[in-house]
Amino acid sequence: MLPIVQHPAAAKEFVNDPNRSRWHDQALWFVRSKRDKQAASLPEWEYLRETASGIKTHTIANLAHYLQEFERNATARGAVVHWARDADHHNEIVLRILRDHKTKRIVKSKSMLTEECGLNHYLEDNGIDVVDTDLGERIVQLRGETPSHIVLPAIHIKKEEVGDTFHKHLGTDEGASDPKYLAEAARGHLRDKFLAGEIGITGVNFAIAETGGLVVCTNEGNADLGTSLPRVHIACMGIEKLLPRQRDLGVFTRLLARSATGQPITSYTSHFNGPRDENSELHIVLVDNGRSRLRESETFRAAMHCIRCGACMNTCPVYRRSGGHSYRATVPGPIGSVLSPTRDQNSYKSLPYACSLCGSCSDVCPVKIPLHHQLLAWRGELVGKKLLPLSKRLSMRCASYLFRFPALFRLVGKVGRFALRVLPRWATHNRLNVWTIARELPEPPKESFHQWHRRHRNH
Amino acid sequence: MMKPTLADTDARQGILDRINTKHVDIPPLPDVDVDRVIQFDEPIDKFVEMLAMVGGQAHQVDSQADVRAQLEEIEVFRTATRIVSLAPESIAGTIDATQIEDPHDLSTVDWTIARGEFMVAENGSIWIDGDTLPHRVLLFIAQYLAIVVPRSQIVSNMHQAYERIENFSARFGVFVSGPSKTADIEQSLVLGAHGCRKLQVLIVGDL
Repeated sequence: MLPIVQHPAAAKEFVNDPNRSRWHDQALWFVRSKRDKQAASLPEWEYLRETASGIKTHTIANLAHYLQEFERNATARGAVVHWARDADHHNEIVLRILRDHKTKRIVKSKSMLTEECGLNHYLEDNGIDVVDTDLGERIVQLRGETPSHIVLPAIHIKKEEVGDTFHKHLGTDEGASDPKYLAEAARGHLRDKFLAGEIGITGVNFAIAETGGLVVCTNEGNADLGTSLPRVHIACMGIEKLLPRQRDLGVFTRLLARSATGQPITSYTSHFNGPRDENSELHIVLVDNGRSRLRESETFRAAMHCIRCGACMNTCPVYRRSGGHSYRATVPGPIGSVLSPTRDQNSYKSLPYACSLCGSCSDVCPVKIPLHHQLLAWRGELVGKKLLPLSKRLSMRCASYLFRFPALFRLVGKVGRFALRVLPRWATHNRLNVWTIARELPEPPKESFHQWHRRHRNH
Repeated sequence: MMKPTLADTDARQGILDRINTKHVDIPPLPDVDVDRVIQFDEPIDKFVEMLAMVGGQAHQVDSQADVRAQLEEIEVFRTATRIVSLAPESIAGTIDATQIEDPHDLSTVDWTIARGEFMVAENGSIWIDGDTLPHRVLLFIAQYLAIVVPRSQIVSNMHQAYERIENFSARFGVFVSGPSKTADIEQSLVLGAHGCRKLQVLIVGDL
């Protein structure tokens, strides 16, 4: 049983530090603004989103066919294709490859799938030295944390804190916090790790059924450096990462980086077709881990379109202010709040409520996942399964009763308007009423709408 | 020789069965209508603009003979001693990478001069075919990267780019757009993350 995540409680510390919360909010809004600029630079932006959504809908519907086509073509190019039913199975497969090669040191580039599977901890427990090579991931790894964002893993950490971490682990000058200086130190530190790495592990942005090839997108060049030195490359991917044809990449490479960071494309968009040469190996691990079950749901299937760009996080007013860790899941933000409850409804039942239903996530999603509709749909499912706390269930019952009896409704309105006028502040603003922690009650109106309407209907 | 790790396919049938049990109507696979996407009248100008935006530097030269002089204007090139050139007809290197067996031995390379197949105007990227690389690490391990690309070889957008490489046969290929970079520390852009610190693109008229 997973522990139950209460988003409001999990977000409390972050939100209660207004400086950090505001700084985080602004940092992400800056990324969102860069995205808007890029989207506006292409007149065909909406056409691209529609096409991307259409390609993904087609692919997920026909997934078994494309998985087999991919396996056939990747194998023909010399890759070894493994199938993992869940996170544990995935981790076992990776460990077996490492053991078969008597490997102790691996270099990893960013992969949300391996985060989802808890690969790092599993390998470390089995005596493997794991080095995350994406700068943001390395920062959180050295700090013993997890990424708080799927594209910007260290977005929640200030440069002074990075300076402290690097001073402790990499021997940089105490108090130094210049990003350029710190990034240079990390470059030197990780160069040594790259040269010592025995196997490179990467995620996958897109896998092409027609060619059996993989595409990995990075800005730092770490996936390329990590796989072009060692003889063995392990690529881990969820089964939803497939695209039918290579030319479909034209659509997705145009959308991905523009949506993610507001760049026209990532610095490196690398295409791997089979292992490097006859003396090298490429292992591809196809991971289900609940995805085939998610596909069965008419309501939530479209969440499998996700290309992990993070645009929905950057725009989400709740994510921006509460920080990624408050979701207690590898994928936070709107898409995370849709995906997490599909794994465990009870544990993640508070996440669909970490949302104002503003719809901004759906507007920016490059593959048109109807995120806020899905979040609303989750609320319906959770209520139906009685997974809400008693306080919420009772108040909803009362409201429903109230709306059924007009006379009662009018009476309660009258009492409410009176109470708002006469109640002393301590009666409403106390620790029993969490609603008023940061809010004021409204000025009581002199009359109800019903009364107002009655006076005016003959005019 | 170590024993090869065989594919683990125990879960294969289970996953496929689960997918096949839930039939979903399959809508047609859409194609992009190229008439509906952006094209540039002056693609080279757009390329140069976008390359600057992504942190690279473009140099337009009339002839291959001008490539060296252009690079000599850069101090870190003048002082460089370990140069691998994959475009020897434009500029000679000091190390013959084809004679090196272990890619780790390339860790001290100062400059790699690579060959680009074509440019993409909309994002300032250049396609590099893996078959031109004796070691693919050359693109990523050198401190500085220069790419020599023919002026005539340019497309406007990624749809045209993928049309051009529809059946590329190499085991590797990459679109390079600017130098390696990171913004992982407080969103401050730093050029030179793990790969090259800077990127020079030489657009050559007579290549």
